[in-house]
Amino acid sequence: MASLVIAEHDNASLKDATHKTVTAAAQISAPVHVLVAGENCGAVAEAAAKIAGVEKVLLADAASYARQLAEPMEALLLSLADKYDAILAPATTTGKNILPRVAAKLDVGQISEILKVISPDTFERPIYAGNAIETLQAPSGKKIITVRTTAFKAAGEGGSATVEKIAASSDSGNSKFAGEALSKSERPDLTSAKIVISGGRGLGSAENFKLLDSIADKLHAAVGASRAAVDAGYVPNDYQVGQTGKAVAPDLYMAVGISGAIQHLAGMKDSKVIVAINKDEDAPIFQVADYGLVGDLFKILPELDEALASRGYK
Amino acid sequence: MKVLVPVKRVIDYNVKVRVKADQSGVDLANVKMSMNPFDEIAVEEAVRLKEKGKASEVVIVSIGPQQASETIRTALAMGGDRGILVKTDQMVEPLAVAKILKAIVDAEQPGFVITGKQAIDDDANQVGQMLAALLGWPQGTFAHSLELADGSAKITREIDGGLQTVEVKLPAVMTTDLRLNEPRYASLPNIMKAKKKPIEEKSPADLGVDITPRFKVLKISEPPKRVGGVKVSGVPELLDKLKADGVI
Ligand SMILES: Cc1cc2nc3c(=O)[nH]c(=O)nc-3n(C[C@@H](O)[C@H](O)[C@H](O)COP(=O)(O)OP(=O)(O)OC[C@H]3O[C@@H](n4cnc5c(N)ncnc54)[C@H](O)[C@@H]3O)c2cc1C
Ligand SMILES: Cc1cc2nc3c(=O)[nH]c(=O)nc-3n(C[C@H](O)[C@H](O)[C@H](O)COP(=O)(O)OP(=O)(O)OC[C@H]3O[C@@H](n4cnc5c(N)ncnc54)[C@H](O)[C@@H]3O)c2cc1C
Repeated sequence: MASLVIAEHDNASLKDATHKTVTAAAQISAPVHVLVAGENCGAVAEAAAKIAGVEKVLLADAASYARQLAEPMEALLLSLADKYDAILAPATTTGKNILPRVAAKLDVGQISEILKVISPDTFERPIYAGNAIETLQAPSGKKIITVRTTAFKAAGEGGSATVEKIAASSDSGNSKFAGEALSKSERPDLTSAKIVISGGRGLGSAENFKLLDSIADKLHAAVGASRAAVDAGYVPNDYQVGQTGKAVAPDLYMAVGISGAIQHLAGMKDSKVIVAINKDEDAPIFQVADYGLVGDLFKILPELDEALASRGYK
Repeated sequence: MKVLVPVKRVIDYNVKVRVKADQSGVDLANVKMSMNPFDEIAVEEAVRLKEKGKASEVVIVSIGPQQASETIRTALAMGGDRGILVKTDQMVEPLAVAKILKAIVDAEQPGFVITGKQAIDDDANQVGQMLAALLGWPQGTFAHSLELADGSAKITREIDGGLQTVEVKLPAVMTTDLRLNEPRYASLPNIMKAKKKPIEEKSPADLGVDITPRFKVLKISEPPKRVGGVKVSGVPELLDKLKADGVI
């Protein structure tokens, strides 16, 4: 049959988490179709049609999908499920919110956050904060899967899929959107940035956290944080990297004033190069860091900022 | 309104787990077990609802071995009223957990269920959503704050882009995120009192749920190990190295 990927988007632009999920889907069951459900999201469907390897894009454009709430999305996916052996979504908060509902209604288990497709029914996924990797074989029948996007390469461009409009399913109306407070940032997205610079409790305040900003700007980096920094209110929740926040795997991850708790490591230890800046030379973060700089971050960060400027990074 | 809180007994979050050499699982012998941290947050929220007069009773459920009754006791010491232990020594997959919880909901008729967003052992992040779907209820996952009104709940959720608020009709399922509240420590008198609170025991079969696993765990292996690198002397050396690696 085929697999269906739920597109990650904000009605205006398609996120590259979708491209990465397409790569995983193609390894499980081809052809790959992409579902774009949203409101006034025609441009997103056009973008999805260009992903290499996608045969068809299903466009469900209706007010009830504007925020991709789990309840209407469940109904929509159940109406489509018959035609697919596998339904996949990136393991974003949207995908995690929706897919278990679909799995439960289809009476199949869900496979969460796969890291690797070993064969169309066998997968690797992290457990215990990534301290163990489980190899899991699914029974025959439909596969419902969320994908750890940092573990898959993005499918390229160059496809020319057809876009098929599909009707909206009925909505129970027992859940509705009632507002949002989104973080605004000109910086690259945390989960797809090539460089991430994260701060921890060591930064000490929201004001001090801004020390990371001009460095991030010079390196075109995204800014992340430990849970402690989020809990203390230095930065919003969507900055959190870790087991229960976002998983990132950039080329360069810089941990500043972060001790390196297992829950934090779970979200960043697959980065290519890790730098740790910490005044405690015994901090566990140094055990995973390629380059460790022991010292006071309040001295090191301004130095780093200046050194970057003098080397021509703006 | 009755509030139901499912709690899971998991390896303590401070324990660094070790994979068994034969790859059959992780070493759980003599390891400290605790309540899943997200479930402590769920219990706290339910108890606060009771303290505010918005909940009439807080019922705690756990599915697991006999020792899971200790986890229930912890929740009762935090302020839960009574417990239900669905006893099994088998591993229970999220879908089966959700089916068991559905059977409990059918019997108990709570108006609100609060689960953790994920259990920190299996990291599945499924049970709350599956339960909501099986019940045909709406959900508010990854809750950051809750405003409960008559017949509805406003739940602000921690999402990838920031915060989102949904309004759901009751009954509903909510799953907790880290910032919802800070769970209390049970006081000694409350720990003593909790010893007298009732815990009812059932089996999955009593509830008519087949918990035979659907998935086959082929192996549990070590993740690729990262080895610590070098300490650099200062910013110039750091930048030279990063440049040489081609990452800046
Ligand atoms: C090493 C390892 C091997 C495993 N092997 C098997 C196996 O062979 N067969 C098998 O079927 N499963 C196996 N499992 C899975 C099983 O142990 C999971 O814990 C179970 O599938 C539930 O998933 P979860 O707790 O991650 O759910 P989540 O969806 O992450 O849990 C969310 C919330 O649901 C509630 N909840 C979850 N579980 C319970 C519970 N037991 N009681 C009360 N509330 C609960 C809690 O409120 C929790 O916060 C294995 C897991 C591991 C780590
Ligand atoms: C259920 C659960 C889920 C969790 N999920 C996550 C998660 O997803 N992500 C996450 O990050 N954590 C998570 N945690 C929390 C985790 O256990 C740690 O508490 C947290 O990561 C610590 O953050 P930190 O390193 O910023 O703070 P700390 O551990 O307090 O470390 C601060 C560090 O800053 C250094 N420092 C202080 N001042 C300076 C200075 N002037 N210059 C240089 N260095 C300095 C210190 O030496 C120290 O090493 C979770 C915990 C639980 C229980």
